[in-house]
Amino acid sequence: MDVTASLHGLIGGILIGLSAVWLMATLGRIAGISGILSGLLTRSSQGDSAWRLTFLLGLISGPLLLMLLGSDLGNVASAPAKVIGEPVGGVGIMLLAGLLVGVGTGIGGGCTSGHGVCGLARVSTRSIVATLTFLLVAIITVYLMRHVIGGDV
Amino acid sequence: MKALMGYLAGLLFGLGLAIGGMTDPARVVGFLDIAGAWDPTLIFVLGGAVVTTFIGYRLVLRRDRPLVAQGFQLPTRRDLDARLIGGAALFGIGWGLSGYCPGPAFASIAGITPPLIAMLAAMIGGWFLARRLPAKS
Repeated sequence: MDVTASLHGLIGGILIGLSAVWLMATLGRIAGISGILSGLLTRSSQGDSAWRLTFLLGLISGPLLLMLLGSDLGNVASAPAKVIGEPVGGVGIMLLAGLLVGVGTGIGGGCTSGHGVCGLARVSTRSIVATLTFLLVAIITVYLMRHVIGGDV
Repeated sequence: MKALMGYLAGLLFGLGLAIGGMTDPARVVGFLDIAGAWDPTLIFVLGGAVVTTFIGYRLVLRRDRPLVAQGFQLPTRRDLDARLIGGAALFGIGWGLSGYCPGPAFASIAGITPPLIAMLAAMIGGWFLARRLPAKS
């Protein structure tokens, strides 16, 4: 096991947790990325857009800051000092994947952050079921793509 | 003030994703690939985040209200329905295909590539589509 990668993972996870706690302490909101950003981008959050927009800017500026500072805190598997890794597929597969992620998190009411982090922390039955479902389906998808179909994903 | 609090939350989240290695889709797919060269990093990220949030929420939710908002907005539904499970399953397929869930996809904009542009555009399209689906399934 790569101890450095795991340690970085743990530190990154704690920062994500602190973000979720901060958002609840200040704005009283669940830190669910799909909820925050779909509310902003589909304009369904009237009068409530400013903090969603600044959250998005913060989300983008975190990794950007590490890149600009030339920090070696990045954790890309193939190049540990890099901050942002390359996509694992081309435009076609990403269009399909993006559509599924958008529709799925839209109708399922959350993603890895809302259901996975905040929901599990709240011991919400709905979030536990959702998280187990998307984890299991994602594992099956990767298995089929890599070991059955043998695609380059 | 709300906007500043939102920015700080986003900044912490983005830093956490990048330091945790979640802005590398290969790492995420490596975690999901239990039959291959398994990469455990994501479990440390998720574990660290859930434990921190579990403790933090218990401290924060003792207060009467948040610092700069009227009240805490917490989900109240407890039932399991087809939308929850079906939506999570569709999301799981997309996540497995790309290694991107919404947070890392947007957090990776500083390293934008054509496939990521396609991912983000289709994801936003998917959110619009989901809003048009009837609320009851």
